[in-house]
Amino acid sequence: MDFNDNSEEAAFRAEVKSWLAKNAPKFAQKGSNVRREDESAEDIAEAKEWQALKADSGYAFIQWPKEYGGRGSPMQAVIYAQEEAKYPLPRNYFIIGAFAGPTLMAYATEEQKARYIRPMLRGEEVWCQLFSEPGAGSDLAGIRTRAEKEGDTWVVNGQKVWTTVAYMSDWAILVTRHDTTLPKHMGLTYFFLDMKSPGVEVTRIRQISGGSDFCEVFLSDVRIPDSQRLGEIGDGWSVCLTTLMNERFMGGDASRPDAKELLGLAKRLKIDGKPAIENPAVRERIAEWYVQSVGAKFTKFRTLTALSRGQTPGPENSILKLVNASKLQDIGAYGMDLLGTAGILADVDGDEETAQFLMAYLAAPGARIAGGTDEILRNIIAERVLSLPSDIRVDKALPFNKLASGAK
Amino acid sequence: MNFDFSEEQKELRDHARRFLKDRCPWPVVRGVLEGPAPYDADLRASVAEMGWPATAMPEAYGGIGLGYVELCVIAEELGRVVAPIPFSSSVYLAAEALLLSGDEANKSEYLPKIVSADSIGTFAVTEGAGALSMDSIQTQFAGNRLTGKKIAVPDGDVASFAIVLAQSARGPMWTLADLTKGGSTRVAVKTVDPTRSHATITFDGAPAEPLGAPGKGWELTQRLLDRAAVLFAFEQLGGATAAMEMARNYSIERYAFGRAIGSFQAIKHRLADMFVKNELARSNCYYAAWALMTNSPELPAAAASARVAASEAYHFASKENIQIHGGIGFTWEADCQFHYRRSRLLGLNLGSVQFWKERLVSALEAGAVA
Ligand SMILES: Cc1cc2nc3c(=O)[nH]c(=O)nc-3n(C[C@H](O)[C@H](O)[C@H](O)COP(=O)(O)OP(=O)(O)OC[C@H]3O[C@@H](n4cnc5c(N)ncnc54)[C@H](O)[C@@H]3O)c2cc1C
Repeated sequence: MDFNDNSEEAAFRAEVKSWLAKNAPKFAQKGSNVRREDESAEDIAEAKEWQALKADSGYAFIQWPKEYGGRGSPMQAVIYAQEEAKYPLPRNYFIIGAFAGPTLMAYATEEQKARYIRPMLRGEEVWCQLFSEPGAGSDLAGIRTRAEKEGDTWVVNGQKVWTTVAYMSDWAILVTRHDTTLPKHMGLTYFFLDMKSPGVEVTRIRQISGGSDFCEVFLSDVRIPDSQRLGEIGDGWSVCLTTLMNERFMGGDASRPDAKELLGLAKRLKIDGKPAIENPAVRERIAEWYVQSVGAKFTKFRTLTALSRGQTPGPENSILKLVNASKLQDIGAYGMDLLGTAGILADVDGDEETAQFLMAYLAAPGARIAGGTDEILRNIIAERVLSLPSDIRVDKALPFNKLASGAK
Repeated sequence: MNFDFSEEQKELRDHARRFLKDRCPWPVVRGVLEGPAPYDADLRASVAEMGWPATAMPEAYGGIGLGYVELCVIAEELGRVVAPIPFSSSVYLAAEALLLSGDEANKSEYLPKIVSADSIGTFAVTEGAGALSMDSIQTQFAGNRLTGKKIAVPDGDVASFAIVLAQSARGPMWTLADLTKGGSTRVAVKTVDPTRSHATITFDGAPAEPLGAPGKGWELTQRLLDRAAVLFAFEQLGGATAAMEMARNYSIERYAFGRAIGSFQAIKHRLADMFVKNELARSNCYYAAWALMTNSPELPAAAASARVAASEAYHFASKENIQIHGGIGFTWEADCQFHYRRSRLLGLNLGSVQFWKERLVSALEAGAVA
């Protein structure tokens, strides 16, 4: 065991550092970590330019195989992410590509891969994920969007929701139901879709935190060529699992503010006339979150070690988002507590260091829900890691059109 | 022992609940969240017409002198609906401060205006980040003039007068400033909960007068905090109960995996945890209401217990309500955010939970509980 970079990793880190030092400052912008509602066309263009530069230097989706422009190294992806996090860079609109890409790699034709993967990697074309629907989120296999085959094309009707970056997307991965008389997991078929197709209508949805990252997407008589089907008819669920497995690998990096930012705040503030950092209760909280934080970080390293030996990312990785999302919510609230009554303010005298805690408090509920809720992650840990008996399922064997769906 | 509301108090509660259901549905709260108005003027006017600001006010000042338990009943109902009106600033803070000050002239002048809702009053104490202490107060009172800056003042932008904690040659001092008479500037500020308005007030030699005994400003502040904490705890309790009910109702209607999500034990247990926290808070609140009503020596401990329990219960219920709603709960369109914002505002406005835990244990140490 060795927590230091080995010589190869150290060499890569040095290379990354110098590449970033040369290229990042031009893109680093003040306050870009702050989610803005009113992103401009220039913001998006700048983000795309940065993604393309990364891709051309081999720093985009580093975990992807070499033949698709990656370096085939999850470990190097992490090293890069650590170094990149030191710069306030343009927002990353391209994350969905990181798991849409491997789905195409597994199921698309050679010509399709040649056509789509490179622009995806370079951020020339933005992808989104049309999975969740108003009636099906955790229960993804419960989606209702219909696909009906007419000769060589499919006609798709339905509604998707919570689709991150759909408003600026060129392409989408999409799961549909082609047969409502089959049990739910068997009636699914998976496609990729041109977001500029007639019948695709996108509306942005505003979040509690003020921004509108996600959208509602209405699909009315949208025609998709059969050649854009990924996997066999009725095999949509296993294609989804490929996507989700790669999605799972993505998450898990702690957001800021973390224990370190709390430490910084506690050094500045006072409780009973003394620095808050001298208060034992404050010290204890900081310690608890620090332990969680490094625990999660090194757990990720352990997963990566497994990955670098060619093993697939296991469900253990669910620990990371479970820990980090709640930690973000709790640290946000606690930072506000330390600020006292002034904690209600969006910022204290324009000071960004005080503003980050309220922003975290408002953003964190989304993190506990997106990409698998806390409850679903706990079920995964209990059932797939600990092999506990699974919930008795009332919905697996029945034809989809015979299932109870409730009022909402 | 009778640890329950009387029939009359229950009637008052039912009446208040029906009234607010009708007058303060979510669109009213949303109107203030999204619009330019600092509060809902219609709701404020009808609440005054109902005589709610008069509830605990002595008759001599235009009140009906029903009592504090009745005011607590109303506070709980206002909390349930996340009422977007300047009620607490005037009634729990300004009026209570005037009553505590013993200053007859000012009581006679200002209290009737609070009752009639002709004036909004507030209490201006906070000056910077961190826990409140007398050291943190820089505002100076000298020659009947105030100089300094107060932040996060509730309704500071719309209040016509403020009770201001200041330093003076004679020690900590409460002062009363008429905000309509010049010498001060106020700027509305953005907070976690835009459905309640807050401002920074800068006093630049603003005319003001002493309120209460000179040198006693800090002690008076402590007594005011205890009294207001009880009333705010009832608002928090109302909010926590409403957030729990919202989550409970949704978990029955929403289906996943072919079942109501409320049939999953993960959700059931979360709701049961909310209920337990809320009921413990409720019992602490009732006890604190009694202590407030009777001016019991146990008030400091009772108020702090109620505040800690109610702050934690509301925080938990409001965040887990979103979680139980899933994606829809995180949207601006959904109503979950009202509780998520208000729980944080009420959990901080009189100082954080840690601040109140510290006060509680200090009261226990001093042997203030039988
Ligand atoms: C910020 C954000 C971005 C998102 N981006 C995308 C995107 O780009 N593309 C996309 O397709 N989707 C996206 N989503 C949707 C996300 O995947 C779903 O919101 C999530 O899976 C939950 O589904 P739901 O909202 O339908 O809630 P539901 O599934 O209805 O869940 C409601 C509650 O029930 C609980 N619950 C459900 N099933 C169980 C169970 N078996 N046991 C215990 N509890 C259970 C849940 O944990 C939750 O608390 C995004 C969501 C958010 C918040």
